[in-house]
Amino acid sequence: MSDLIAAFSRFFCSLRLTVVLLVMSMVLIFVATLAQVQLGVYGVQEQYFRTFFVLARIPNTEIPLPVFPGGYLIGGFLMINLVAAHVHRFQFTWKKAGIQLTHFGLIVLLVGELVSGLLQEDYSLKLEEGQTRNYSESFRRNEVVIIDQTDADFDDVTAIPESLIAAANPIQHAKLPFRVIVRGYYPNANLAMLNQLPAGAETANLAPNPSTAGMGPRLGLFPAPLTYKDNERNLPVALIELEGAEGSLGIWLVSPMLVQPQTFDYAGRTWSVGFRFEREYKPFSLTLLELKHDVYVGTQIPKNFSSRVRLQSADGTEDRESLIYMNQPLRHQGFTFYQYQMDSANGFSVLQVVHNPGRALPYIACILMSIGLTWQFGFHLLRFTRRRNNSAA
Amino acid sequence: MIRIYSISVLAAGILYLLAGLRPESSDAGFDLDGFARLPVVADGRIKPMDTVARTHLLTLQGRQRFKTEAPTEIKRTPTEWLLDVFYRAELADDYRHFEIVHPGVLDVLGLTPEDGDGKKRFSYNQMADHLEELDRQATMAQGIEAPARDVFQRAVLQTRNRIIAYQQLKHSLVVPDGRNFLSQLQQLQDELPAGVEAVRARSSDADHDDALANRMIDAGQAFMQLDQYAAMLPLPPLGEDKSDLAWQKTGRALLGAFQTGMVNPYALTYAAMGQAWRDQDAETFNKLVELYSAQLQGDFGDRLRKTSIEATFNQAEPFYRSSVLYVVAFLMAIISWLVWTRPLQKYGAQLVALAWVATTIGIAIRMWLEGRPPVTNLYSSALFVGWGAVGLCLILERIYRNGIGTTAGGLIGFGTLLIAHHLSLQGDTLEMMRAVLDSNFWLATHVIIITIGYSATFLAGFLALIYVVRGVFTKSLDKATADALSRMVYGIVCFATLFSLVGTILGGIWADQSWGRFWGWDPKENGALLIVIWNAIVLHARWGGIARTRGIMALAVFGNIVTSWSWFGTNMLGVGLHSYGFMDAAFWSLVAFVLSQLVLIAVAYVPAAKWRSADRLARG
Repeated sequence: MSDLIAAFSRFFCSLRLTVVLLVMSMVLIFVATLAQVQLGVYGVQEQYFRTFFVLARIPNTEIPLPVFPGGYLIGGFLMINLVAAHVHRFQFTWKKAGIQLTHFGLIVLLVGELVSGLLQEDYSLKLEEGQTRNYSESFRRNEVVIIDQTDADFDDVTAIPESLIAAANPIQHAKLPFRVIVRGYYPNANLAMLNQLPAGAETANLAPNPSTAGMGPRLGLFPAPLTYKDNERNLPVALIELEGAEGSLGIWLVSPMLVQPQTFDYAGRTWSVGFRFEREYKPFSLTLLELKHDVYVGTQIPKNFSSRVRLQSADGTEDRESLIYMNQPLRHQGFTFYQYQMDSANGFSVLQVVHNPGRALPYIACILMSIGLTWQFGFHLLRFTRRRNNSAA
Repeated sequence: MIRIYSISVLAAGILYLLAGLRPESSDAGFDLDGFARLPVVADGRIKPMDTVARTHLLTLQGRQRFKTEAPTEIKRTPTEWLLDVFYRAELADDYRHFEIVHPGVLDVLGLTPEDGDGKKRFSYNQMADHLEELDRQATMAQGIEAPARDVFQRAVLQTRNRIIAYQQLKHSLVVPDGRNFLSQLQQLQDELPAGVEAVRARSSDADHDDALANRMIDAGQAFMQLDQYAAMLPLPPLGEDKSDLAWQKTGRALLGAFQTGMVNPYALTYAAMGQAWRDQDAETFNKLVELYSAQLQGDFGDRLRKTSIEATFNQAEPFYRSSVLYVVAFLMAIISWLVWTRPLQKYGAQLVALAWVATTIGIAIRMWLEGRPPVTNLYSSALFVGWGAVGLCLILERIYRNGIGTTAGGLIGFGTLLIAHHLSLQGDTLEMMRAVLDSNFWLATHVIIITIGYSATFLAGFLALIYVVRGVFTKSLDKATADALSRMVYGIVCFATLFSLVGTILGGIWADQSWGRFWGWDPKENGALLIVIWNAIVLHARWGGIARTRGIMALAVFGNIVTSWSWFGTNMLGVGLHSYGFMDAAFWSLVAFVLSQLVLIAVAYVPAAKWRSADRLARG
């Protein structure tokens, strides 16, 4: 038994394992870089790094096969290797202090990347000049919302995440006097008005559209392949049947492309149903006061983008102006607002909103590793020059 | 005796570098140098005419001089060429200065290599009949996303863009149709108030001088054409606002005459210079250049000083001249392995040091001109990678005094300057920073540190190459040198690890500060990470006893491949935030480099007994 443990410990502590894992990580990173041309940065993160295995489908089937260890697996083993080697061999000497500090910094860095991977949230906030908003929208996630609009002063929103819609189980919510049944779901699709289709347009690609209420019956539904491009997003379509006590109220076609609310009356109240980018509400609001897009003289090369915003907290304790521009974000309550996109011709600015609880870890890691390596190599260099001087003398 | 030789070698090197400071001269007595220094605003910055000329010549035909082979035999300095394009378009249209090699593009233009100067350079007039078809092809190519374009589509777009750039240049100062623009402007100045009145009268069907109104309308159309086709802003502002933003296109400034009643005097000056150039009247031309320069001294003296220094810098060609010195030093160092060891090592080291000082000055001048840290684009990264690596070589040579630092320094110094030259073919190398990258603090920390990391990784690789080549192919590698090389590679890899790691993490911090994510798996980030991991592998393999001297050397050579991928390969993917250095042409050079390194790694594994230096290595 103890032989086995010894063998295990030899395996996990060995430098050979370190080298093998490092080589594997290089292969993974290299292949993932090439894959970005097809998959985009986000697709690569999901399929190569934030996964235990890189999967490939058996040709002509949907059966996935693990073909290479993913980022989590290699990173996990590296972490075990690193910790095991240090626990096993740890012995404090000044000579080795630099190496130990460097590796400790590396652990912090890997943990930080894991924390960011799991907890970081990215949203976008699109503001037209003069507009005020107290929520940001997800870059990728969407939600079906059923809103009780009876009260003129506020909306009572029931939001259903896209993942539940995709699962297609009937949904019953305490706030809703009807059941929500998913009659169809397309993760990415295009819509067109049926009466505006060009004559002789290809209708073979039309998906069945059983909708009976709202805008739906007038629309043609064209499913599209998922996109992984960084400048495009998937726009899903769902066909939602609402079923009250007396039977079906109708089937609505909903999509983030349909910005006009689709309203109806039921049980003495006014409702609307829609599919929108997932929102995150904040206890403060931003107003876009002014946007600027400077170019270099006589060219179209962008020199600077900036948005002047006004930040107001809901409880009235804060009311200030701030200038957000390239390399100069606004930080507030754990959120960071970056200048992301700008369309000065149409007068809107898009901010990226990031919340990352692990934000400080890379900074700590950087400091630890820099000190560690400088110490280590400085130590070597000093010894080397001293020895040379001695031999010269 | 050696001392005298050594001083003469150094003096020869210095003289060679200084020879570049001779001003551009003309047989006909034109003050070309004065014209070359005049400031204009182009590509978003103030620059001298000299830079305009050289940049265009480089992008059009890959050379800074214009000359054609027999039987036509034309030779023009950059400034002479520019003056012809500006003022004698009817000549310039026949200059064969468009380099086109893609057979598909030649087909589109109805040309064969035989029609070209040196079988690859063609004139505007040769293409003139087929421009519509070229434009149609280019429009189709433009509909395709840049990374997906094939070689033909890229070549078509490149050719069209060159023609556009040439057309823009032609319309910078005068209407390029051979008319006497100066006298037209002078006549306009005399007739202005009456002429405007005549046009007004004509539009309200009142009595008017028809010929006068026509002259006005003709002038207006000419100015509009100039405004529409030109890109450059050559005219300094007349009003209160003296900033760079207020400089004007010639066409725009002349259109103003119809409101102000005054023809822009600077436009008039340039037109007069043009007439003098057309008449080949050196005296008038020189007088005008002198008067105009004196006029600029007042409000734009600092601008003129800056462009003047830039023109001197261009003419001195410090990087070209340094690359020649690097080659000479490299050859001396190689020969020193075989004969005349000590003296040649010494002269070589001197020349490397001299070339390094010259590139240092060159880089410093670029920094001053741009107001930026040294590395702002791919071109400047090539300069700086070389600078850093050669700097380290000088230190190694100082410590070891065995010629190895000189060999590596000469090779890397020349190689990186050659790469830089090829990168300069894409346009002005002092380009403006796009908004995302506009942060001197991060350019000065992250970019510099990571670039030094590249330098060091390359240096380790080249030292390893020297080990392999000397050991396998020559009898010159003895035990002491081998040990020294081994220590050098180890030390440099340590140094490379430190800089590439710290540089990479700083890059992450910049990204976190500016875009809200520490690490995004962007190709360039991944490339940098690969270098860090590779250096870590080399160190761990050495510490774990997994690789011995030969293994470490092979690993270090592979580091060249990793670094070249990170430096150039990632830019060829054309995705990500860092794709500012997108380029196509270098792909095959990169493939060739990678293959050569793989071959040398294989060579390193020739059985030890077969190495030509085997005996000396064993003897110790």
